Amino acid sequence: MATTTIPAPLGERLTRIWETAPGLYGVLATVDHKIIGRRYLVTSMVFLILGGLEAAMIRTQLAAPDMHLVSPEMYNQIFTMHGMTMIFWYAAPILSGFSNYLWPLMLGARDMACPRANALSYWTFLMSGVFLYSSVLLGQMPDRGWFAYAPLTEAQFSPGLNMDFYAIGLTFLSVSTTVGAINFIATLFKTRAPGMSLNRLPIFVWGTLTTSFAIVFATPALTAACVLLFLDRRVGTHFYDAALGGSPLLWQHLFWSFGHPWVYIVVLPAMGIISDLMPTFCRRPLVGYTFVALATVSTGILGFGVWVHHMFATGLPPTAASFFSAASMVITIPSAVAVASWLATIWLGRPIFKTPLLFAAGFIILFVIGGVSGVATAAITFDWQLTDTYFIVAHLHYVLIGINVFAVMAGFYYWLPKITGRMLSESLGQLNFWLMFLGFGVGFFPMHTLGLLGMPRRVYTYHAGQGWEWQNLWITIGAYVFALGVVVFIVNVIWSVVRGELAGPNPWDGPTLEWATPSPPPPYNFAVIPTIASRHPLWETRLDETEMRSQLDSGPVLDAGRDTFGTTPLDAEPDEILRMPMDTMWPFFLSLSILVICYGLLTNLVWLGILGAVALFVTIAGWFWPQPSMTPAGGEV
Amino acid sequence: MATAANPYVLPINPAERKNPGWWAMVLIITTEAMLFAYLLFAYFYLGSMASTPWPPGGPPELKLVIPNTIILIVSSGTMWWAESGIRAGSQWRLRSGMLITLLLGIVFLAIQGIEYSRKDFAMQSNAYGSLFFTITGFHGAHVFVGLLFNVVVQLRAWLGHFTAERHLAVTNAAMYWHFVDVVWLVVFTSLYLAPHVM
Repeated sequence: MATTTIPAPLGERLTRIWETAPGLYGVLATVDHKIIGRRYLVTSMVFLILGGLEAAMIRTQLAAPDMHLVSPEMYNQIFTMHGMTMIFWYAAPILSGFSNYLWPLMLGARDMACPRANALSYWTFLMSGVFLYSSVLLGQMPDRGWFAYAPLTEAQFSPGLNMDFYAIGLTFLSVSTTVGAINFIATLFKTRAPGMSLNRLPIFVWGTLTTSFAIVFATPALTAACVLLFLDRRVGTHFYDAALGGSPLLWQHLFWSFGHPWVYIVVLPAMGIISDLMPTFCRRPLVGYTFVALATVSTGILGFGVWVHHMFATGLPPTAASFFSAASMVITIPSAVAVASWLATIWLGRPIFKTPLLFAAGFIILFVIGGVSGVATAAITFDWQLTDTYFIVAHLHYVLIGINVFAVMAGFYYWLPKITGRMLSESLGQLNFWLMFLGFGVGFFPMHTLGLLGMPRRVYTYHAGQGWEWQNLWITIGAYVFALGVVVFIVNVIWSVVRGELAGPNPWDGPTLEWATPSPPPPYNFAVIPTIASRHPLWETRLDETEMRSQLDSGPVLDAGRDTFGTTPLDAEPDEILRMPMDTMWPFFLSLSILVICYGLLTNLVWLGILGAVALFVTIAGWFWPQPSMTPAGGEV
Repeated sequence: MATAANPYVLPINPAERKNPGWWAMVLIITTEAMLFAYLLFAYFYLGSMASTPWPPGGPPELKLVIPNTIILIVSSGTMWWAESGIRAGSQWRLRSGMLITLLLGIVFLAIQGIEYSRKDFAMQSNAYGSLFFTITGFHGAHVFVGLLFNVVVQLRAWLGHFTAERHLAVTNAAMYWHFVDVVWLVVFTSLYLAPHVM
């Protein structure tokens, strides 16, 4: 197995060049993708726990009929915060965490293409979350549902700051999402190791790349929707006001133009996680790599043509509705390709059912069930019957928990040994899987029948005698079992960090480049820049597909500064050296300035807004003022 | 691989297309362009749904906006002249070109301000007013950002930071400015010209 052995002085020299400064300065100024990736993972898990506590409150309130643990107003706030937290502050950022940590390791680079932008995307993610949750202190959390339909969100129906937190908070978060996406695209096209051509990328990289393009094209729709909402609420415009020429449906069009691509944004990289761990645990390459890569990209593109299926009940012309119904059904084809590939890989391989593969198998089952209920609701007449019932709640949780959370769990069990250097407990892992899988089935499957029985979503309680009691109790028990699974996971992580067996560079005997580095990887990732000759650099001798061999322990060192290769976009041939920026506080300050602007907008304090805007300008100018360390002799960038 | 022996024969942080900063700028422009696309979608969507005449007060006046459009197109030309100047190593073309661009941008915003003050409707009047002022206002804000961009890069130009080989910031400022110009042509066609034709 190819592991890099490096002479000690070289390692020390590279560490000195790449390591983050100690102390508070280092904490605020680091641009190391591994530190940023870890922060993304931890912060998103904190949001998962917050969203989970909100879910527990919802389920406790609904466990029995006619309960009054929380008031209807409070219930509205809790389910809205649950949806926003999970969909916006957990589901996408957790995948950004994996991508941030893993991309340079998988691609054979020493950092992302824009390390400071990477730090910025984390700080804006964190601070936008802090902004959103500061609404709790005022007792004015958003309360009109995560998709916030107009006109209920207009000032006359929703006084208070609740929906201002929504509009400003989401716009703030979209800065983080967009900056992160741009960085991934630039990284993919500029900093792959020599030889890492497009047909050798791990599927996870394809997933995040597709997602990043979707973000660049779709996020502005959410920004536009939120800005127009804010103007309606605060300035007195009439975008969503039917009385003066606006339309509440404009909100729905803008929101879902963003919202449906977003669904794929939070699942495609997760599907990539599954595709990439399949070979390791089935002991063979992924079946149909090219088809899975193409399916990933085509799902991302088709995802832009289906938004109206969220709006079948709004009275659209039948031709338009039929078109979007058909488009929604077409999108099952690439999903089916991926499922077929995973099943074929298990079928043709020698599966080893360690925890990551268990979660992957659970993922496939939930993906298929969630997919089938998705096809069902893509049929217009069926959707008319079920829209706004618990059937939809069942569908979206099968999709989001099934395809996102289960893949994330698989990813943690697979890659956490790389990140911490220590293995997780296998027995706790098995317990974790079964608690989550059974808890999920008990908790969410009955929602299908509850929806068919007519229970509407978002009601804060229900009367006895409608035949909904035992399913609701059942669901609540399932939700608690699922939560217990999450607790076991946290215990396992803590146990592993303290006591876990040392992992070594490649504990699972995986095929891809990240396993060629020590666990945890040093600040510079690779002592020599590797040259890649195949899709499975660590399995080449075994697979013996071609004569060519990747070079992992000899090659260019690049130790004159924070240097890595810049390569050509398609073939990944080195054509320049990228000298990376040193640690810097600018991303932190930039994010802080936006936070100040957001509070200025929220409170209507003009001076606060202007203060933030001036700080923003100064920070950006400071950021792009040339850094002596980045500039080679003889000129400026 | 020829570079294996001494990789430092390769250029370090080269300008333009090879630099991640160039890619970042192209993608920022793409996502901003999408923002305008969604805003224009809102305009056409509400326009197509309107039960009253659209625009409510008849097609907008063109007396000020046509010269203003020409000013913006000319400013794109002067920006191009500045950038191609530094590419040929000419500091004075860079400096004077960017200065003229800055002045033309300020004139554009001033004329837009005059046009705003002459409108007989406001953002709060109806959905058309909301759309008109929001879309042109968003564009104006982008012009303003382009001017700030210009000020910082120009300051660096006067400090002699740029050479024929290394001038990424100039390229990026120019790309952004051309983008603002192109977006204006689309906004101008949609909001000003189309109502006269349709």
